[in-house]
Amino acid sequence: MDEEQLRALLRDLDALKQRPDPAAIDRMRERVAGMVTPAAAARSKIKDMSSEVVDSNPYSRLMALQRMGIVDNYERIRDYSIAIVGIGGVGSVAAEMLTRCGIGRLLLYDYDTVELANMNRLFFRPDQVGMTKTDAAVQTLSGINPDVTLESYSLNITTVKGFETFLGSLKARSSDGRNTGVDLVLSCVDNYEARMVVNQACNELGQTWMESGVSEDAVSGHIQLLVPGETACFACAPPLVVASGVDERTLKREGVCAASLPTTMGVVAGLLVQNALKYLLKFGQVSPYLGYNALKDYFPTMEMKPNPQCSNPACVQRQKEYMQSKPARDAAAKAKMEAEASAADECPVHLDNDWNISVVDDSDTVTPSILSTGADSLPEGLVRELPTADSYQEPVAPVTSGAIDDDLEELQRQLDALNSS
Amino acid sequence: MEGWDKGTKSVVGEIPLLSTRAGPRDGEAWRQRLKEEYRALIAYTSVNKSKDNDWFRISAANPEGTRWEGTCWYVHNLRRYEFPLQFDIPVAYPQVAPEIELPTLDGKTHKMYRGGKICLTVHFKPLWAKNCPRFGIAHALCLGLAPWLAAEVPILVDSGMVKHKDDEAAPADAAAAASGSAAAS
Repeated sequence: MDEEQLRALLRDLDALKQRPDPAAIDRMRERVAGMVTPAAAARSKIKDMSSEVVDSNPYSRLMALQRMGIVDNYERIRDYSIAIVGIGGVGSVAAEMLTRCGIGRLLLYDYDTVELANMNRLFFRPDQVGMTKTDAAVQTLSGINPDVTLESYSLNITTVKGFETFLGSLKARSSDGRNTGVDLVLSCVDNYEARMVVNQACNELGQTWMESGVSEDAVSGHIQLLVPGETACFACAPPLVVASGVDERTLKREGVCAASLPTTMGVVAGLLVQNALKYLLKFGQVSPYLGYNALKDYFPTMEMKPNPQCSNPACVQRQKEYMQSKPARDAAAKAKMEAEASAADECPVHLDNDWNISVVDDSDTVTPSILSTGADSLPEGLVRELPTADSYQEPVAPVTSGAIDDDLEELQRQLDALNSS
Repeated sequence: MEGWDKGTKSVVGEIPLLSTRAGPRDGEAWRQRLKEEYRALIAYTSVNKSKDNDWFRISAANPEGTRWEGTCWYVHNLRRYEFPLQFDIPVAYPQVAPEIELPTLDGKTHKMYRGGKICLTVHFKPLWAKNCPRFGIAHALCLGLAPWLAAEVPILVDSGMVKHKDDEAAPADAAAAASGSAAAS
């Protein structure tokens, strides 16, 4: 605030004390109001996205995507809900990007609190230290764009109880034959355990999701699209990571305190949200897998089909459903092709077909198979993070003979006896 | 299992392998898995006792067997250091290993994740992935926690991050307590 203005105000107040003047009070009120308006800049909600190009329209540059022919209907973004699991270096930035894009609803999940050690990454501020990450995110995001509905879930999804709440929140607001009330789940967690949990939930619900990750050495990352039944799930094969491209021995870390860079995290968050926007607003090509090697600026891509022997029963079930819906998908694709063809008003290339030659569709084969399981057949620059489980014939039915007839309580007593001896 | 010492290898061989692939949300199959977990833990505890290498106590903290609590200890320079031990069985178990926590060591070593979860990434996770679903809680203790304690406790003690409970009582009496415990031992 201007010191000079305040001093003038003080002079007028002193004058007022000696000689009451209602008109002077009104003038002073106006001056004070003029001083406070710029500070209270939080905007009110906006009912419809406008494409009007004025400085006061927060959506003008986004709606311009329509005018440029990139997106058919940008305003549809307001109908979409996205769940972000993990509000750390990638998740928080992804949440801010989606908030600035005017997404309809964001569900935020994390069990951690903000710490000073997070300040080398984007989004969180030192004054938020001690708040839960989800509450701190809601505080910042609601200030940036009040049009977005924000839901904060401070819980650990890998515990049985946390998982039930997670599933429940995804299923809430489901409508018209859909299992969930969200259009996409973004996994921005930093560990394998939590990724497997998101995988489990999305396989059970048939929910499309995108996975993201940054390596512990902060110099590589990846994003991956997972459509249950259609693409490989996270349990179909050991997870892929981007090889660092330098001698592995020089990277063997002493401790586990992971390194992180705001740059790598920002790049991966950008790639992730870009893919999410392309998927939801239907423009460009949605990447099935995109890696990022920061040391060599190398971006490997690949596609993975589901593993029919996947250890996750929900994944196998979704694969079966996907195969069963093939005729319907083919019919829809054919109808679309025909609609396009008739629009172009085409006539057959050959009127006679003495040899009964026809074109056979050979894509989308009946039995899906994993594209590659061994590290040797992976595209250059990608390696598996964990080994494949040794082949092991699981018993068809639970073994009921032999030692299994022990009852659970008896076993508990035996262990307790050992514990107290 | 290259790189593991002979003793650990022979002990692992004596822990019965599990066969049911079931997690805490799988109802009856989980009960079956739980029985196998108990059998493996009983066998492992017995082997340790017979070899005079008893080093942990663990029991289910809820009837569903999804949370486990106990203690573990490690002897360094003839003194026993004991730590509370706890973990939840994750939803995606046994595809993912339990995340073993030593809450009293949280923040004292960088070989630990938030909440006192010990780091298992390099020495244990690949082994667990390779042996799913045959490894259980007993294997996680034997191949995950035991080597972690053997590697970390001496460093924590020597650097002064972890103090023996006899030395902790009152700093003023530390010298007296130390001489007292020396006399006792």
